[in-house]
Amino acid sequence: MSEHHEAAMSTTETTTKNYLNNKLGIMSWLFTLDHKRIAVMYMIAILVAFLLGGIFAILVRTELVAPGQTITDADTYNRWFTLHGAIMTFMVIIPGIPAVFGNFILPIMLGAKDVAFPKLNLASFYLYVGGALFALLSIGLGGVDTGWTFYTPYSTSTSSAVIPIVLGAFILGFSSIFTGVNFVATIHYLRPPGMTWFKMPLFLWALYATSIIQVLATPVLGITLLLLIIERAAGVGIFDPGLGGDPVLFQHFFWFYSHPAVYIMILPAMGVVSEIVSTFSRKHIFGYKFIAFSSIAIAVLGFLVWGHHMFTSGQSNLGNMIFSALTFTVSIPSAIKVFNWLATMYRGSISLKTPMLFTQSFIFLFGIGGLTGLFLATLATDIHLHDTYFVVAHFHYVMMGSAMIAFFAALFYWWPKISGRMYNETWGIIAAIMNFIGFNATFLVQFIMGSKGMPRRYFDYLPEFHIYHLISTLGSYLLAVSFVVMAVVLIHSLFRGRKAPDNPWGGATFEWQCASPPPTENFASPPPVRDPYDMTWLVYSKSVGGFIPRAGREVGDTP
Amino acid sequence: MHGESLQHSLAVLLFQGDGSFWMPPKGSTTAAEVDWLFYFIFWVSMFFFTLIVTLMVVFLVRYRRRPGREEADELPHHNLALELVWSIIPLGLVVVIFWVGFQAYLNMSTAPPNAYEIRVTGMKWQWLFTYPNGWADSELHAPKGVPIKLTMTSEDVIHSLYIPDFRLKKDVVPGRYTSAWFQADEVGEHNLFCAEYCGKEHSSMLSRVIIQEPEDYLAWLENAAAFYDELPPVEAGAEMLKKYGCVQCHHVDSTASTGPPLNDLFGREEQLAGSQTITVDENYVRQSILEPDAEIVRGYQNVMPTFQGKIKDKEIDWIIAYLKDISSHYEQPELLLGTPEAEAGEAAEATEPAVEAGVDEVPPETSADGGEGVGDE
Repeated sequence: MSEHHEAAMSTTETTTKNYLNNKLGIMSWLFTLDHKRIAVMYMIAILVAFLLGGIFAILVRTELVAPGQTITDADTYNRWFTLHGAIMTFMVIIPGIPAVFGNFILPIMLGAKDVAFPKLNLASFYLYVGGALFALLSIGLGGVDTGWTFYTPYSTSTSSAVIPIVLGAFILGFSSIFTGVNFVATIHYLRPPGMTWFKMPLFLWALYATSIIQVLATPVLGITLLLLIIERAAGVGIFDPGLGGDPVLFQHFFWFYSHPAVYIMILPAMGVVSEIVSTFSRKHIFGYKFIAFSSIAIAVLGFLVWGHHMFTSGQSNLGNMIFSALTFTVSIPSAIKVFNWLATMYRGSISLKTPMLFTQSFIFLFGIGGLTGLFLATLATDIHLHDTYFVVAHFHYVMMGSAMIAFFAALFYWWPKISGRMYNETWGIIAAIMNFIGFNATFLVQFIMGSKGMPRRYFDYLPEFHIYHLISTLGSYLLAVSFVVMAVVLIHSLFRGRKAPDNPWGGATFEWQCASPPPTENFASPPPVRDPYDMTWLVYSKSVGGFIPRAGREVGDTP
Repeated sequence: MHGESLQHSLAVLLFQGDGSFWMPPKGSTTAAEVDWLFYFIFWVSMFFFTLIVTLMVVFLVRYRRRPGREEADELPHHNLALELVWSIIPLGLVVVIFWVGFQAYLNMSTAPPNAYEIRVTGMKWQWLFTYPNGWADSELHAPKGVPIKLTMTSEDVIHSLYIPDFRLKKDVVPGRYTSAWFQADEVGEHNLFCAEYCGKEHSSMLSRVIIQEPEDYLAWLENAAAFYDELPPVEAGAEMLKKYGCVQCHHVDSTASTGPPLNDLFGREEQLAGSQTITVDENYVRQSILEPDAEIVRGYQNVMPTFQGKIKDKEIDWIIAYLKDISSHYEQPELLLGTPEAEAGEAAEATEPAVEAGVDEVPPETSADGGEGVGDE
């Protein structure tokens, strides 16, 4: 025990100066080039956006608690669900894990001092803020009622404030491209000696696959949104059939980005899960290469399936057949990952702490989200289910139940590293359980009402759907409360939390070998590269409250 | 009122009516195949989901960290055979699901060559179904036991025709025709929705599908046009406002909605968007119906679709008669009150003062012989 204690002392001594306190003052934050500080600024901005999008979600659910007008009129309701969708998609889930945890963790996991282009990184953050403000400007100008998908010709003919929000999404796209370019360059060029591709933690593989999609797909969204603005502002006929345009063309362009964007959301989430499952099972990840290549497979196949959003649009039967077949192929790499996570847990030593509980919630919810995708990939059943609450439930299980829950799993996993504080474990677990129950209460019933024929984006509905809407709304309130509890748990930890040890969970990746919080330069010298999932050299120390190298196997010792 | 809908929905949930737990009643010939496929995927999914969750829970309990189990067992980090097994089995299953789904879809999307054709027009925010004899109606009537082909287009934005009981959905796109078909073998009524978001009144763009015995259907179709000719013009006008969906946006009271309210409209002075003032007369009503974007009343948006080519002149006359009837600005000629009038069946010029306006108490002579309107293309 005494040598454990010594090892702990030697690491804590170097933590007096860290990235949070080595420079003070607002300017040291606003002009920082430190990837960790940029990540923290992203985190604050994205959580504010999440709060805003969440408020609109609760307003939408409240309006739907009973048929007829409840708290607002149809016009306002249409603006609410548009803003909810646009904020959550473009400002929360797409940037989410890459911009916050990718920025913070990627260089450290790699053993680098920063990302390849720190100034581009800061520019990406300010583009995010600028894009978000532009988009929110539309609220001040009377709101937007197009839905987050901006389908033409509705979006080119409505009198609401379409241009600011579209321009906002356009700018947010550049923020996303900048992050993607940065990550690709960092992974290619800043790997220290010995860090080969197959020595990289799976979170990095996931971020790499995500970045490729961001760089290749986002420009298509940019061009599409620009064409939309040109048609609206200058009356050039691109999508409006009245001017000789093609309204379905917009859907092709839009989903050519927005379907791969779903994988921008879910791939980093899967990367987070791979890390957490392995760490909390204290067991080597199972099937490393299959998980790594399945990320790349999802990224590639994800580009070829956009047409499954248009099975009812009048697209040819041949087109529908091809898109249906390709869509099914994406299900295989997703299934591979789930089975590999379970195999990792098999005969592990599983500690069900808050991040692991969120991760188990992820596997459950992603299971439902993924399997219900089969109904929608199948042509005959999709015709009935398309544009109903079944689809709404399906993509909430994937985008919120999976991508966002993984975001919170990551938040609770890396919080001690980012903030240097431990949160209250009991309350973290309570929040995770409330979140799980609230989520399922909100969205499980939506599958039933959807397959029963309840169309989406309806301000009012027939009386036979009342009970489902009521349960869904009550569930959404519990879900909202769980987020409040999570916020209280984390904020409380900042003031009252125990000081975090360097390695509270026993992770073997590099970020657990630097101090909590890390110094500005991350490492004095990069730690030796070893198998990122070999945890046998770590042992729990009661006095430290975290994991430390076993006696005789110090950091720097190559086994 | 909310209590009632709650009870109703709870009853539907518990007793399922004619549907199953997941699906609405089966109203078309293709519904059974779709449902079979839905439940097939459902049970395949349930199998895998149960497998995943069971393994998850068993592992969480059996291998939980506890004194004596601080470390995981040392096991191989990969197993190619296992990876291939759990890649190939799901792959085989999804190939089957894809193929069955594609075959069923081909049946659903290919109308039989002898199908009876009904034209569908989607517009903000109503449906208009035009039958082979030229009659247009806001409800979809169809004979049972006959394949029906719907040829559809939109006046404005994209809509989507959705009949859950038929498992049928197809987008209705401006500037092109899309088509769908169904065959219903039972007499009955079904809900019809717009499934593609189309703006303010999207959720009230509802209609009914009424499946009838073929002879009942033909009788209905024959009588439908003549039916309005037999009504007093004022009543026929009120019916037209429902048939063409006008009341979705123009309320028949004094509350402004998407469009100006119709009460006291006729003879009222209105401020136009271009800042001149007009008095609502026959010509303004006619123009507003046929060229709605020509002169917009200030404070309203230019969202109304044109009814050019869909509404008949005599139907506009009926609407004018009705508007006069509900307007306090219009002086009803007392002199003629109570006198029989003979113009109901004629296509009166819209500019003529409609003398029939005051006769809503008097049943018109059944002079309407349907010599006009019925059967013309």
